Amino acid sequence: MSGSLPSWAMETSDRIKMVDRLREAEKQGPLISVKNLTKSFPIKRGIFARTSGHVRAVNDVSFDIARGETLSLVGESGCGKTTTGRSILRLIEPTSGEIVFDGKDVCRLGVSGLRAARREMQIIFQDPVSSLNPRMTVGAAIREGITIHRLAEGAAADAIVKRLLEEVGLRAEYSTRYPHEFSGGQRQRIGIARALAVEPRFIVCDEPVSALDVSVQAQVINLLRDLQKERQLTYLFIAHDLSVVRHMSDRVAVMYLGKIVELAAAEDLYRDPIMPYTQALLSAVPIADPKVEKTRILLQGDVPSPASPPSGCVFHPRCFHPAKDAACTKIVPPLEEKAPGHLVACIKQPPTSVTWDAQEKAGGVNKPARYLPVAAVH
Amino acid sequence: MTEPLLSVEDLRTYFHTGAEVAKSVDCVSFTVAPGETLGIVGESGCGKSVTALSILRLIQQPGRIERGSKIMFEGKDLVTLDDSGMRDIRGNRISMIFQEPMSALNPVFTVGDQVAEVARIHGSGSRQQAWDRAVEMLTLTGIPAPEERAKSYPHQLSGGMRQRVLIAMALMMNPALVIADEPTTALDVTIQAQILELLVDLQKKFGTSILMITHDLGVIAETASRVIVMYCGEVVEEADVKTLFEAAHHPYTEGLMHAMPQLGEPRSRLNVIPGAVPPPTDWPKGCRFRERCPYSWELCEQEHPPLYQISEAHTSRCHLAIEPERRAHPHPPLVEQLGVPA
Repeated sequence: MSGSLPSWAMETSDRIKMVDRLREAEKQGPLISVKNLTKSFPIKRGIFARTSGHVRAVNDVSFDIARGETLSLVGESGCGKTTTGRSILRLIEPTSGEIVFDGKDVCRLGVSGLRAARREMQIIFQDPVSSLNPRMTVGAAIREGITIHRLAEGAAADAIVKRLLEEVGLRAEYSTRYPHEFSGGQRQRIGIARALAVEPRFIVCDEPVSALDVSVQAQVINLLRDLQKERQLTYLFIAHDLSVVRHMSDRVAVMYLGKIVELAAAEDLYRDPIMPYTQALLSAVPIADPKVEKTRILLQGDVPSPASPPSGCVFHPRCFHPAKDAACTKIVPPLEEKAPGHLVACIKQPPTSVTWDAQEKAGGVNKPARYLPVAAVH
Repeated sequence: MTEPLLSVEDLRTYFHTGAEVAKSVDCVSFTVAPGETLGIVGESGCGKSVTALSILRLIQQPGRIERGSKIMFEGKDLVTLDDSGMRDIRGNRISMIFQEPMSALNPVFTVGDQVAEVARIHGSGSRQQAWDRAVEMLTLTGIPAPEERAKSYPHQLSGGMRQRVLIAMALMMNPALVIADEPTTALDVTIQAQILELLVDLQKKFGTSILMITHDLGVIAETASRVIVMYCGEVVEEADVKTLFEAAHHPYTEGLMHAMPQLGEPRSRLNVIPGAVPPPTDWPKGCRFRERCPYSWELCEQEHPPLYQISEAHTSRCHLAIEPERRAHPHPPLVEQLGVPA
């Protein structure tokens, strides 16, 4: 019967189903819960490689991902989004913090526990060329995970590989071919099949479409969304392309210099960005419509070095908020709820838990201003 | 109509590799008027970068600009021009901005040296004058503290700064034409916005023509006044930017527009161009887009479509121009009927 429904009705019924699913998921608690995750890399100098400092790639990041949800991490290069994604799988060992996957603390797992957990948590990489072994047939690459986790053997494993290839839109016969025989889009499909082979519940998609052409990118995005629906997957989607992110996500977290500066439902974030950095980021996206006259916020300068991040709010040197003052350079803004489900780290956007007294004490001269829509900025 | 600054006629650049010939650019013609920005848009492998490199004659073996190609620039044919004549043009009358600023800069010289080098080669002044001019250009491109920055090495600068250095270098001799090959693809969006703004500003100031090559329709919409769309080594559509975005004629252009997720539009399933770009050694017979096209019919297989005139200054390489009623009846493209996966 669903076949006879018009497309908008399908979309609406999908949405209702999604809301139901999320409500159900809420009862069970989040699938992933990241608390105060920090990762710092030592900076080595001189011939004895003495540690002369630390780069805080990820700095006190917390978020939950509900079952069946897609949470996206967006931000510019060097903001720590990839490090966050890899730390969750412990492909990078986090410095501190807690990562709870379905009730288990991933950071405390031993070798065998971690291996079992990785069956449920997989990753799709950005570059499908370097993430596939050129000397392994595609079939062998997909099969590897199945063998390691002893999910199937012999003919049964072959059957799974073939089914997976078909599921991602490739022919089953391709299992005997090598990665170089495929185009970029096809390789990314192989990467997806490889991740799906161990039947994970959670997948980190690390810039999965950034290396692809527009037409192929659309194919892969649709595939990822279809698979999510069919297999009830939970995604952490990492990307820098804001249009792609809007298309993929239920909720979006914006990162800047290792911190989450804004986190909200995708619709809310794109309609009403609150943090000045998010406003600038969204206004910078080129729009493929020559008729649209845009109010563009041009940020001054570059992202500061994460080795010596600015004090207080990390965005303050480039911030254009009219109420910006000395308090912004001293007070680290907490990530607080400014609207229902809309978390923002900015002490100048009320409501804020940082009182005016506290701001004045830190040299503040401008009271937190009223909410600032994009159009009002320029 | 004013005399075009650059006019490319039947440009064919083939790569002769062993038994096969890759026809990367196959009979491409277009013109660039003085002071205008022409956008070339297409996906990887469509021949847009090879077109740019051909104009500057930077094609290396086994690539070759075939006989019969013509690139007229300021009254000279660049295809037949001798090497010393070509050197006078490169970096002087036509300059180029590359995608990856790190690999376009020499890591062992300071950026000031490299920008000044352009003036030392093409200009007549002293070393000091060249250096001063370099610092002046770096100032114009918005590099803070240009005196000091000129003395830094490329690795000491950020990606956005390096791209500004390349722009300074490209504009050093006040060229008539700048070819920008994916100038912002390697940059973050906020930096991309800065660089595009800078390019538009400088163009206004110097009246330079820009050939903007990119895969990003958003960048095209915001910078170009006229656009050509390339597919499989050919121009498939040419129009001014408004017409192209409002009334794209070629099914490939149409497909590209729908395949792009857009910020302003409601979230729905993305339209897809099924299949992939065929290899340049084996372009399909007839229309090269036929197998991925939802409208193709017998004629598309039998006859390679010419560039049809759709309206004044709008051309499209699609037989739909003579049978427009077929647009109302799309069908699953051949690649899907054959079960050839993407």
